[in-house]
Amino acid sequence: MPDTTQPIRFGSNAGQPVSRRDGIAKVTGAAPFAADNQPDNLLHAVYAPAAIARGRVTHLDVAAARAHPGVTHVFTPANRPALEGDPDDKPTMFSFRVEVLQDDTVRYAGQPIALVLAETLEAAHEGVRLLAPRYDMEPSRVTLDDATPFDVEPGGFGRPAATVHGDVEAGHAAAARAIDVTYETAAQYHNAMETHAIVAQWDGDRLHLDVPTQALNISCAAYAAFFGIPAENVTISSPYLGGGFGSKAIPIGPNVLAILAARAMGRPVKLMLTRQQMFGPVGHRGATRQRLRLGTDAAGALTVIDHDGLSATSTFDDFMEPAANASQGLYAAGALRSTHRGVRLDIGTPGPMRAPGEASGSAALECALDEMAEAAGLDPLDFRLINYAETEPGTGKPYTSKALRECYAQGAERFGWAGRPLAPGQMRDEQGMLTGWGMGTALFPCPMFFAEARATLRPDGTALFETSAADMGQGAWTSLAQIAADSLGLPLEKVEFHAGHSSLPDGGVAGGSGHTATAGTALHTAGIDVVRQLGEIASADPDSPLHGAGNARFVAHDGRLWIEGDDQRSDAIEEIVMRAGGVEITGQGQGGRPQEVGETYAMNAHGAVFAEVKVDPDLGQVRVSRLVGAFAAGRIINPKLVESQLMGGMIWGLGFALHEKASHDPATGRILNADLAGYHVPVNADVQGLEVITVHEDDPHVNPLGIKGVGEIGIVGTVGAIGNAIWHATGKRIRHFPIGIPDLLG
Amino acid sequence: MKPFDFLQPATIDEALSAWTDGAAWLGGGTNLVDLMKTGAVQPDLVIDITRLPGLNAVEVLPDGTTRIGALVTNADLADHPEITARAPMVAEALLSGASGQLRNAATVAGNILQSPRDAFFAHQEPASDPLASAGSLSVLGAEGTATAVNPSDFCVPLVALDAVVELQGPDGPREIPLAGLHQLPGQGARTALRPGELILALRLPPEAAGFAANARYLKVRDRTSFAFAMASAAAALKIDGGRITAARLALGAVAPKPWRVAEAEEILTGQAPDPELFARAAGAALAGAVEIGGNGWKIDLARRTAARALAMAAAGTPARIPALPASPFGTTAGDHAHA
Ligand SMILES: Cc1cc2nc3c(=O)[nH]c(=O)nc-3n(C[C@H](O)[C@H](O)[C@H](O)COP(=O)(O)OP(=O)(O)OC[C@H]3O[C@@H](n4cnc5c(N)ncnc54)[C@H](O)[C@@H]3O)c2cc1C
Repeated sequence: MPDTTQPIRFGSNAGQPVSRRDGIAKVTGAAPFAADNQPDNLLHAVYAPAAIARGRVTHLDVAAARAHPGVTHVFTPANRPALEGDPDDKPTMFSFRVEVLQDDTVRYAGQPIALVLAETLEAAHEGVRLLAPRYDMEPSRVTLDDATPFDVEPGGFGRPAATVHGDVEAGHAAAARAIDVTYETAAQYHNAMETHAIVAQWDGDRLHLDVPTQALNISCAAYAAFFGIPAENVTISSPYLGGGFGSKAIPIGPNVLAILAARAMGRPVKLMLTRQQMFGPVGHRGATRQRLRLGTDAAGALTVIDHDGLSATSTFDDFMEPAANASQGLYAAGALRSTHRGVRLDIGTPGPMRAPGEASGSAALECALDEMAEAAGLDPLDFRLINYAETEPGTGKPYTSKALRECYAQGAERFGWAGRPLAPGQMRDEQGMLTGWGMGTALFPCPMFFAEARATLRPDGTALFETSAADMGQGAWTSLAQIAADSLGLPLEKVEFHAGHSSLPDGGVAGGSGHTATAGTALHTAGIDVVRQLGEIASADPDSPLHGAGNARFVAHDGRLWIEGDDQRSDAIEEIVMRAGGVEITGQGQGGRPQEVGETYAMNAHGAVFAEVKVDPDLGQVRVSRLVGAFAAGRIINPKLVESQLMGGMIWGLGFALHEKASHDPATGRILNADLAGYHVPVNADVQGLEVITVHEDDPHVNPLGIKGVGEIGIVGTVGAIGNAIWHATGKRIRHFPIGIPDLLG
Repeated sequence: MKPFDFLQPATIDEALSAWTDGAAWLGGGTNLVDLMKTGAVQPDLVIDITRLPGLNAVEVLPDGTTRIGALVTNADLADHPEITARAPMVAEALLSGASGQLRNAATVAGNILQSPRDAFFAHQEPASDPLASAGSLSVLGAEGTATAVNPSDFCVPLVALDAVVELQGPDGPREIPLAGLHQLPGQGARTALRPGELILALRLPPEAAGFAANARYLKVRDRTSFAFAMASAAAALKIDGGRITAARLALGAVAPKPWRVAEAEEILTGQAPDPELFARAAGAALAGAVEIGGNGWKIDLARRTAARALAMAAAGTPARIPALPASPFGTTAGDHAHA
């Protein structure tokens, strides 16, 4: 485990706005994605999705599909070969029950009900159409009111526990002013540019997969379990992902079907989801209904935040969006309670989607907070400052660092918040548009997982760094290489970086905003391990100026090895290696967080988002004209990539606030807008005046590199800021997302 | 998708004689190919008409009629100087539709014949009613049945300007007013086209240009660009001596066809332009509207959209098409840089 007491100095690579090392390969098409693989003798697989949400498949015209030229096989529940692992079991902690043609029951629209294999993709698609399924349909339950809520039994992934700090009833009783409001958020579906895809090839009992995954090594274990082979028999190649957002962190049924088909047919099989198929078996952000009861004393200090979340899950598995948890750890309320309930609907199992819990929970919390500020007659920013938490509310733990006050100050300054009228409906622009300003606080935890890495210093002075975890498109190819290069004091050009293959040291999970911190720490410590070995060699070498340095700490920079704190004695790294006979030096590293750190400290990235909206007074059309986000997220390895991540998050927040929503057909339960023409995310014309500020923050405790992670926090706070700005523009408090024209008419 | 034969005829005669039952004409393909992929349309023969000669021109005939070839792309038409000069709201409507990539591929005829969104789901069994979400169900002209709206922006100013469609079919040429091209539930097929008929051109009559100084298209939607209308309106006025001497008003995204409203035009004619008048005309335009599936807001929105479009038209056509065409947020001063 790394030494967490010593913060690391800034090297010459970290902190630089280096452009993506994989950028040219991506824009020229040279970067291979999973579905680009075209092994010989390939078969194409396409599955038939259920067109209803609940019932039974009564007929499939298998004969018609099989008769179609090019179709080689059709799998249905009647002939699907056995799996060694029970698909109803969860092979790993981050797994759900997968639908792999267990039976003829339909549990949600889009569920695979048959798999067609063919020599061409077109023939496989036509085979699917020819199956012409018939159903015995039952009334589907697709809204939060369609079934009876149940209390979540805590334990494990997707089953959040209730958290209570302080005396909640006393907090309610002590309130001079109180609000009791209910907010709803819609079901949202991950739509990464690259849809899920897999190419599966068997060689005896060894399996190779080209598949985009945020969790390579865990995926090897999960897929191995279904097929009764040891995890080491599975290799996964995932050099590039066209976005994952949590959806590619979890093993999915269609992939298991493709692997099964490859084994049954004795040929490589490719399966790629269509855009429409992304709306079903690969997770989504479940709908929520959140009740918030807040109280303040006469001075505006919160006496209680009481947050209850109702989250939709499937009828056969548990993933309850932990929305109510967003109220923990942020504001200094006298009492805090977060409770979770679930409701079982005829939908695919939800899953983690960028900022799970925080995004939905913050949307409701930040709007409720504004309602409370309004009731207290306070400016929203002042109200948040009155309730600023100096230590973690409830637990009293100190923060490893917390520059949220600076985020508020810098964001407000850049935005020009100071002139904001307290009452809504006061501002119009020169076109006559209602104009409003709103804000929201952002918080995202800083988890670290566990990762390993290897560093190899070569005799020619270049180095190779390796760790398995993939770049999800966020820029890990670049920022991780920057961290690696600094550990050896090398210029970036001299560092080769390999990732995205399961045979490399286990890089853990690219998710939870913890990848740069976790894999980065592993790479850093691998490099430091090389430095230590160099020091031993030099210290033992009578020809080295460092001879006899003994137990001193060494650092590498500018191509030389130095004794820490002594700028007189150094030796050229190349010469140390040369004198030792031109050996390769290999170092091992690990990234993780010692348990004590988490027990002692609270750790979060923070931010403040300010939004300006324009609303047409008659037509209700909304435009977000400015968005300013100030974030403190520890050490910034690559300002360019970080700014992009934060911008992307804020744009997602805009989509959450105004666009993203899956609409179910009440008759069949299927999603009516299951494509990108109907399921809206923001386009360029929706994004104006977007500004990101990163606030300086040194964090000596969160991890040795001082990194907090920026992958998800941009969404958090943004949704509430936009909802609050709409209220400020119109005087209309809309308590659901997305907010649309019908809500704002007139 | 279902296998099909593919032909690329070189002449119109060749194309017409290639037609058989179960064939489909292929223009830009941005609508047809999507429908083929979902299985909603399954032609046995696809006849690519994009190589046909003589269908690619925009010309102004000696009598002032503007004749637009069926194969002119949406992008080219929107940028054509005769269109921006004589029918600026047609250009504005085109530029508010779809995206740059789609407009580069989409053709004039393909646009006016595009299928409503519900067609994408139409093949799925069990079929459901309504097939489209309430936001895209008609509030006018559907007699309360769950019928998807016509989604075309282009058609709305066209019907306001009395566009005529030139057809050529097995029984020879004919022409029909655009107002009669799309049919209402109970009138038979979705369009009045007969099997094997090909659209060759559209014509805007000479009077159309008389509205150029006061003509706007307004499109309201939850996303600023690249989204179908929730309600839209094309408004064109002739104003002389402080009075409206002629008025045209058509609504989009409210009915199974582009919806021309003669009653509103009568109310406007002869009056001095003012907000109260526009509100009255807009009210008349929606007088017969029927809510379905909880979309009463659409009636309200369409009324407001019509009133605003009239006000915008009265204020005068901007010298250049705004940077955000047809948007309530479009500034009149913007560049001709399309969203
Ligand atoms: C994502 C997306 C968003 C969109 N957004 C909008 C929008 O906001 N507003 C809007 O108005 N439209 C929108 N559209 C629709 C777009 O305008 C149409 O797809 C396009 O105009 C169709 O033109 P095409 O040439 O590609 O037609 P095709 O797909 O080639 O043909 C469409 C139909 O017309 C028939 N046809 C074509 N040419 C002829 C002819 N000469 N004679 C007889 N029949 C013919 C075809 O057989 C077919 O039935 C959108 C489309 C997509 C995919």
